[in-house]
Amino acid sequence: MKRFITPKGVVGFALIVVIAAVGIAAPLVIPADMATRMTMSLRLKPPGFEHLLGTDQLGRDLLYRVMLGAHTSLLIAGAAVAMSVAFGLPLGIVSGYMGGWTDTALMRLVDTLLSFPALLLALTISAMLGPNIPNTILAIGIAFTPFLARIIRGEALRVAQMPYVEAARAAGANHFWMIVRHVLPNVFPLVIVQATISLAFAILAEAGLSFLGLGTQPPQSSWGLMIQASRDYLDVAPWTALVPGAAVALSVLGLNMFGDVLRDVLDPRSR
Amino acid sequence: MASFVARSNLAQSEKAPSDATQPIVAISNLRVEFDTDDGPVVGVNDVSFAVRPGETLCVVGESGSGKSVTSLSLMRLVEFGGGRITSGRLNFARQNGATIDLAKADAATMRAIRGNEIGMIFQEPMTSLNPVFTVESQLIDGLMAHKRLNRAAARKRALELLEHVRIPEPERRLKQYPHELSGGMRQRVVIAMAMACEPRLLIADEPTTALDVTIQAEILALIGRLKHENGMAVLFITHDMAVVAQMADRVVVMYRGNIVEEGSVEEIFRAPREDYTRALLAAVPKLGEMRDKPGPEPMRILGAERKAAPSDAPPPRQAPPAKRRPLLEVSHLTTRFPVKGGVLRRTVARVHAVEDVSFTLLTGETMSLVGESGCGKSSCGRSILRLVEPESGKVWLDGADIRSLGAPDLRRARRDMQMIFQDPFASLNSYRRLSDQVAEPLQNFRLASRSEIEDRVATLFDRVELPRSFLRRYPHELSGGQRQRVAIARALAPQPKLIVADESVSALDVSVQAQVLNLLMELQADLGLSFLFISHDMAVVERVSHHIAVMYLGRIVEIGSRRAVFENPRHPYTQALLKAVPIADPSRRHFLDDSSYRPLSSPIFPLNHAPLPSTYEEVEPGHLVLVAA
Repeated sequence: MKRFITPKGVVGFALIVVIAAVGIAAPLVIPADMATRMTMSLRLKPPGFEHLLGTDQLGRDLLYRVMLGAHTSLLIAGAAVAMSVAFGLPLGIVSGYMGGWTDTALMRLVDTLLSFPALLLALTISAMLGPNIPNTILAIGIAFTPFLARIIRGEALRVAQMPYVEAARAAGANHFWMIVRHVLPNVFPLVIVQATISLAFAILAEAGLSFLGLGTQPPQSSWGLMIQASRDYLDVAPWTALVPGAAVALSVLGLNMFGDVLRDVLDPRSR
Repeated sequence: MASFVARSNLAQSEKAPSDATQPIVAISNLRVEFDTDDGPVVGVNDVSFAVRPGETLCVVGESGSGKSVTSLSLMRLVEFGGGRITSGRLNFARQNGATIDLAKADAATMRAIRGNEIGMIFQEPMTSLNPVFTVESQLIDGLMAHKRLNRAAARKRALELLEHVRIPEPERRLKQYPHELSGGMRQRVVIAMAMACEPRLLIADEPTTALDVTIQAEILALIGRLKHENGMAVLFITHDMAVVAQMADRVVVMYRGNIVEEGSVEEIFRAPREDYTRALLAAVPKLGEMRDKPGPEPMRILGAERKAAPSDAPPPRQAPPAKRRPLLEVSHLTTRFPVKGGVLRRTVARVHAVEDVSFTLLTGETMSLVGESGCGKSSCGRSILRLVEPESGKVWLDGADIRSLGAPDLRRARRDMQMIFQDPFASLNSYRRLSDQVAEPLQNFRLASRSEIEDRVATLFDRVELPRSFLRRYPHELSGGQRQRVAIARALAPQPKLIVADESVSALDVSVQAQVLNLLMELQADLGLSFLFISHDMAVVERVSHHIAVMYLGRIVEIGSRRAVFENPRHPYTQALLKAVPIADPSRRHFLDDSSYRPLSSPIFPLNHAPLPSTYEEVEPGHLVLVAA
């Protein structure tokens, strides 16, 4: 516990707590029409007293929209990454640990998925199932699974050749306990790092899907949607891109810092 | 070749009068600190010594003694590892006669000195050569940079250098990549690189630690000859007292960053003044000192006499030989590994790692498998436990046919045979508490109920002489020797009959090695364990074994009682191996001819290769020597 109290850990944790709190509280506190009401006379206003972070091309308040967007973006990104870890981790560990034909078979499956660009894959899944939030999560989650599985497999392969695994085998461990006690804990630091990085990409992937009309549906708000919408106004109203961009950056920063500290805390060597 | 020698002799005789007494390098009051998160840590403190021309100074110490930090400071390479020279002088007499303080030299001067006036040889010949460049391009780099030779002249000189370090077929070697050379040849290339600019000082940091004993002997002889021919000074860093005895003119003993003792090699070995030096020397087993002794004896540990058993007076407690019966019988064991090649990853050849190996190990005895790297001794041990699957042959453990067992039975059979691995840092899982790791076999084999496990593990910790306060700790909090005790406790947990100890003390410092070996011998006496002791260290093997099997290229070339094999070696390979072992006694120096080139035999054979069975001649009862294979 003491190790969490590093500047990095505190800042990272604070960032995550604040952003998550906003994501949860915003839809309950902010009246829905505050963020969706279009006021053409207030188009593309720069940040000021009336609108703290300015307004977008339809005159909507960016502060409200970015707060409401946190909910959608974090929900989709978080759930999608959790899903890709849930699929990718067992796949990668079993593949790397068992080796041989199991490995070959599982990895060819993963390679097949990898051969499609992740966004195209997500696009296809989303288009087939229809655009709503659960389907977006599913699409991004499946699209991200092969990357995770590949990376975890490599690490599991390395761990499986360590003498302590052989020692455990000589000590009569069966495959299940071997994976749970020896392979999983040693693969975990990599999973944390990879998952925090994936979250950033997932937020952007959601933006891509939304842009193509397959993710979040307007007038609902999401960071990705906001970044995509700001594209045409970058020269006259850069804040329309900077506000959601900063939200993404801060979330990723917070997650990365927290992830680093979490990894160190889980490693008994750093205690 | 001849011209090179003549030239360097000439250079030496020109220099000789002026700097015969003048040290080439004089270190005074060196202090190096390392910055860590918890503040500065002192690497070495108040270290002073000098190296004179034509002299070999050995800096000897255990891990963490600061011996490498000292040598890296001299090259100012320590700064690349996060160290800082905080005080002291490193006076170096340059080629041009000027004396310079290396501690204050700027980066450009250091670059001109490194590799030019000071050459360095590192421990690991595989990693100190760049795998993507040929030997030639690595050799001529330094020549072109320091000596301003053009490419053709540098090439010519590179060839001369390879001839000088006596690499067979030097022209061909120039065009080869490091992975195409054997370990010994690679180290010769590294030495050639260090010698390229005829340095005044050669720093050799554990240059033979990673090499086999026969190759070590050649490399030591080579360094000795080069020093003699070129009149350079050698600063030789090592942990191995036997190597010190073979190489040194003077010795500096270091401990925890400080110099403990300095003196001529005779003084240090004959009459060490400090307790630490005495303890260090006592812990080193000397090959040949077990002559005429009937059984294994504990290692000498100074300061440990207060403990009951391990002195030389009472003979070790052992089960009377009459009660001994065969525990492990191995017959015609053969293990081969496929070599995959081509696009389809087909098996194109096979490594004959273990070839027709047979032996019997009695209860309460130690059988040692000795040999050099790649001889198949580890594969043999792992094949017996079926950690690798043998191809043919039989293994009986206490009447059970191990090779015929199915997976569940094999798992149960492993209760009776446990293993202790070489690297105590890698054989423990750093994410699990020590008590959990020792408890693991108990849980896996359901040998104790949940409530009993805690007691059993605590008892095991007592047994291997670890404090119970370590139970809740993690591996990184322990030293190498302590970790190895944990590994031993884990192996003891299921109360096995056989323990395979694969190079179990090789990674440990010599004093710790002695303690761990004594623990193993005590355990054997108390519990009647049998050990299959796999090692490359002939002196250790001589100390601990009842029987010895010498392996070469997958086969046992000689097997017999310890006395038979050590006192009457019959196979030429055993004889060569014993002759190559350095002895920790400066009066028993023997240099091999450093050019004794053995063609490297390979255990890789084509798929259709059908090796002949091993045939042995019984030279005396129980002493077998391979006659044909």
